[in-house]
Amino acid sequence: MSSGTPSAATDDSPSRAELAARVEELEATIAAATGETDRKKMSIIATKGTLDMAYPPLILASTAAAFDFDVTVFHTFWGLDILHEERSKSLKMSSIGNPSLPVPNALAALPGMDRVTTKLMEKRIADNDTATVAELLETSLDMGVEFQACQMTMELMDYDETDFHDGVTTGVGAATALQDMADADIQLLV
Amino acid sequence: MSAAFDITETLDVKGASCPMPVVKTKSAIDGLDAGDVLEVLATDPGSVSDIDGWASGTPGVELLEQETGEDVYTHYVRKTE
Repeated sequence: MSSGTPSAATDDSPSRAELAARVEELEATIAAATGETDRKKMSIIATKGTLDMAYPPLILASTAAAFDFDVTVFHTFWGLDILHEERSKSLKMSSIGNPSLPVPNALAALPGMDRVTTKLMEKRIADNDTATVAELLETSLDMGVEFQACQMTMELMDYDETDFHDGVTTGVGAATALQDMADADIQLLV
Repeated sequence: MSAAFDITETLDVKGASCPMPVVKTKSAIDGLDAGDVLEVLATDPGSVSDIDGWASGTPGVELLEQETGEDVYTHYVRKTE
């Protein structure tokens, strides 16, 4: 009687593959329950609102979303203009203090010079089929990037939450950004 | 050339520059089923390195082949899950 027990137990015991499948299932359950995923996370702080500097956060955000990253971009100070429905359409270059532009600094300070360099950059963007700021923002939103507008600077600049593109999160501050950065695999300040 | 796999869909991103080839490839892959193969036609020379990097860093996709033609770079990406 007792000698038959071990072989009976062997017959009933699950195979290695079954056990592996069960472990995987349990891990998935735990991950779902704790809200943890395998997805990497990127947190960007966007502080600049010139036409050239709107690009790095948007390009990195959309690309990271293509990598299936969980992406948050926290916009503060001039970075808010990238999310501003009206102002994002007319982001400008700053001629002064930019030695890469074909304008010497002594001339760059002249009135109207920013308009000239902005036109120049806009033409280059169009000629090269580079995505526009609006396109990149739209694409990123579609891909699930979370864009946040800093509440404090919104009030400082006298912006209303209705001024921003649909899908932008408002009512967040530095603590939210810091929490995101603490959880992220990549943190960038632009 | 591409006898090892069947192309399910072709994505034309000719003319588009960084980051659009990768971003549009990802969107197109999302619309396919596991096992499907996406052919991507690009003119951006950076797409060769970028699509390779994207495919190795992104779960659920596999880069099968890249071809450098005259002005056009062709990439074959399989959705694996």
